[in-house]
Amino acid sequence: MIGLDHYLVVSLIVFALGLFCVLTRRNAIGVLMGVELMLNAANINYLAFARYSSGAYDGQIFAIFVIMLAAAEAAIGLAIVLGIYQTFQSIDLEATETLRG
Amino acid sequence: MSALVFYLIAGVTVASAAGVAFSRNILYSAFALMGLFMGAAGLFVMLAADFVAVVQVLVYVGGILVLTLFAVMLTHRISDVRVSNRSVGSLPALFIVAAIGAVMAKAVFATSWHAISPRVAQPTTYGIGNALLTGYLLPFEVASVVLLAALIGAVMLSRKELKPDERGSKG
Repeated sequence: MIGLDHYLVVSLIVFALGLFCVLTRRNAIGVLMGVELMLNAANINYLAFARYSSGAYDGQIFAIFVIMLAAAEAAIGLAIVLGIYQTFQSIDLEATETLRG
Repeated sequence: MSALVFYLIAGVTVASAAGVAFSRNILYSAFALMGLFMGAAGLFVMLAADFVAVVQVLVYVGGILVLTLFAVMLTHRISDVRVSNRSVGSLPALFIVAAIGAVMAKAVFATSWHAISPRVAQPTTYGIGNALLTGYLLPFEVASVVLLAALIGAVMLSRKELKPDERGSKG
C-alpha cells in the first residue's frame, strides 16, 4: 500500500536533484530548471500532506499558488537571462561578474 | 495495481529529474523537464488532486516548458554546435546536497506522521473554487496583481530600446 512516506521520498529525491542542479550549473537557464525541480518537489509534498490529512483544500490551493508564482518566476527569470545574453553574449554565470565587488 | 502505477510514475519522475540535473546538453535537460512535469502531474492525479494536475499540465508543460525551450534556443548561436551546460564544482555541491538530504530524510523517517487513511477521491474543482473565492480571496487577488506585475516586468525587460536619445546610443 502506498503511503505518505512514498510520496515524501520521491519529493525528497527530486528536491535534492534540483538543489544539485542549482549548485552546479553555470548556465543560467540550467539554474532556473533546478528551481523548477525544487518547486515541483514542494508541490508534491503539499498535495501528499493534503491527501493524507483532514481532506481540506488548503494544500491544493497552496500548490496552485506555487504554480502561479513559478510561472511568474519563469517569465521574469528568462527575460533577465535574455537581457544578460544581449549584454554579455553569454549566459554563463561566471561571465557575468560586473557586479562583483 | 495502484502500487505498480505509483512506482512507474515515481520512476519516470525521478529519472527525468536526474536527466535534468545530470545531462550534459541543456536541450536534453529541457526535454527531461517535460518528463518531470508530466510525472509530477501523474503523482498529483494519484493524490486525488485532479484540478491541480490539469493546472500543472497547462501551466508547466504548456507555458513554462515552452518558455524555457525558447530561452535555450535563443541564447546560443545556431552555428554553435556544443551547447554549454558544463557543471563546475560538483564535489562541494554533492557534499551540501548530501548534508541537506540527510537532514530531510531524517525528518521524513523519524517523524511519526499522523496520516489518516485517505477518503475516496472526489472531484476537487468545486471545493477549490469555493475556497479561492471565500477564505482565500485576498491571496487570490494579490496573485493576480503579482501576475500583472510579472507580465509588465517581463515586457519591460525584454523589449528593445526604441529611442536612442533616451538611454545612451543603444538602439
